[in-house]
Amino acid sequence: MQPPVAEVSAIRGFLLSRGNSAIADRGFRWLMVFCALTIFGIVVLIATELVRSSHLTWARFGFRFFFSEFVNPDTKLPMYWDPVNGHFSALPFVFGTLVSSFLSLLLAVPLAIGLAVFLTEMCPRWLRGPLAFVTELLAAIPSVIYGLWAMFVLVPLLRDYVNPTLVKLLGWTGFFNDDNPTGLGFLAAGVILAIMILPIISSLTREVMNAVPGSQREAVLALGATRWEMIRVGVLRNARIGIVGAIILGLGRALGETMAVTMVIGNTPQIQRSLLASGASMASVIANEYAEAANDLHLSALTEIGLALFIVTIIVNALARLLVWAVTRGAPAQVH
Amino acid sequence: MRTGVDGLATSLAVLSTVLVVVPLVAIFAYLIYKGASSLNISFFTQIPKPEGELGGGMANAIVGSGVLLGLASLIGVPIGISGGIFLAEFGRGTKLANAVRFTADVLNGVPSIVMGIAVYALIVTPRMPFSALSGGVALGIMMIPTVTRTTEEMLLMVPHAVREAALALGVPNWRSVLSITVRTASPGIITGCMLAFARVAGETAPLIFTAFGNSNWSVALNQPISALPLEIYRYAISPYDDQHRQAWAAALVLVVLIVAAVSLVRFVTSRGTLKGAS
Repeated sequence: MQPPVAEVSAIRGFLLSRGNSAIADRGFRWLMVFCALTIFGIVVLIATELVRSSHLTWARFGFRFFFSEFVNPDTKLPMYWDPVNGHFSALPFVFGTLVSSFLSLLLAVPLAIGLAVFLTEMCPRWLRGPLAFVTELLAAIPSVIYGLWAMFVLVPLLRDYVNPTLVKLLGWTGFFNDDNPTGLGFLAAGVILAIMILPIISSLTREVMNAVPGSQREAVLALGATRWEMIRVGVLRNARIGIVGAIILGLGRALGETMAVTMVIGNTPQIQRSLLASGASMASVIANEYAEAANDLHLSALTEIGLALFIVTIIVNALARLLVWAVTRGAPAQVH
Repeated sequence: MRTGVDGLATSLAVLSTVLVVVPLVAIFAYLIYKGASSLNISFFTQIPKPEGELGGGMANAIVGSGVLLGLASLIGVPIGISGGIFLAEFGRGTKLANAVRFTADVLNGVPSIVMGIAVYALIVTPRMPFSALSGGVALGIMMIPTVTRTTEEMLLMVPHAVREAALALGVPNWRSVLSITVRTASPGIITGCMLAFARVAGETAPLIFTAFGNSNWSVALNQPISALPLEIYRYAISPYDDQHRQAWAAALVLVVLIVAAVSLVRFVTSRGTLKGAS
């Protein structure tokens, strides 16, 4: 072994022979800053491109694009989307996106919180790892494969068993009509969306629940609380802001989810009260029509729907991140 | 009464866990059943037959996915890792770094189809209608936020003493970052890149109007190109049973690829990649 002095000077000599390190240091630093700034660049790029290529619709319809409806001269019925004759209104797509997203939240949130409670507070240690892994796998499956499964398994199941039962039991409410024999529609989209957003809500909820200090749990238990009371008072109440953040993040995913929804929602631009009716969402109409748009105005209308989706998801995601950060600040961050 | 409520809550939590696990198992079981019974050699060696004819395969889609993902990694990985280096090594605690981190997280939640429109507006012109290049750019942009955030996390796990030791020897900062810190964290950074890779490997929405799909052999960057997720979508909505069969086969191939990547990530990170360093 060489004496340490010689070793050090050898390294120094080697490094000094490689030129002025101050300039290299500064250059390297600026290169890294530049790459980090591309993230802002991407956001600006998306925004400008979307605004630039949707100006045609904006100039023609303005804000009415999201509210107006037209009357079909033949049937005297309201209509919204007629690319050939230049009638464009995003109303049915906004409606479809909202209905399917909130339906999915309604189904997913209780299950996701139940799963998170089970995993963090009740689960035997040996089961925790595999279960967490299984939910992670759910998050890794591509959207188009959920769509494939939904088309060939979920939709027939709904069509043959669930929908007739709902019509029989709850048909009187008006939310369940049996005038759509395909099984494709808002309910199918809501169910598949629920399966898809469950992992993200659940894993974030787990994260904020883990951020609640153990002393909180011990304090509540020491007062004689049962386990559920401990979870309710000690954990859920402390983590509620973060849980709301997790739910909003799930909403963000549901709003923008494209392929699975496109494959099961039915793709008809209509507004129906029945959850079993087919519809279309903002993302699904883009996926369906963008590649073969009839004319420039059609393309511009689809781009404007994309712009609306972009703005809404930016706001929703920013809000959710702020809420989750408010709770887990200090705890190590995780990427999803 | 109180123990009754406790028992009820416990059983509800167990019930919801079961309700979550059941669809997952159902999806996987059905996928493996349908996919495995539809896979054969010609799936990997042949290109699609004209619609309605039996047989054919997806060799062009597998190669096409490879081209698109290679292009995406070429864009997403270097920029993403550099961004992560900035966050962990230079920007720690600054306002700029916080803003970058926040924007990356928010960008992660932007629907992929919106990225597709932006890239369409930027690159796709009458002269170059649909192309592999535009598809690769769309996927590459989507990789950047994920790679940035995982790289940052992995670099933060490298102990400070390692950096200090390097600097104390008179190593220039850029060299200490590249050959000491980044190298120490490289297993983690590589798994982070694979995670991003797995995510975009299944992306369909932005490819519909950028890469567009192609039923012939094509690896040219300025021509439409086929990709596995695109073919799954196209075949799933087609009316032919034989195409549905192939959609399932493609889905199985894609999921095996992705699950392998995710499992590897999980395996490496749970082993503590940085054991040697700390």
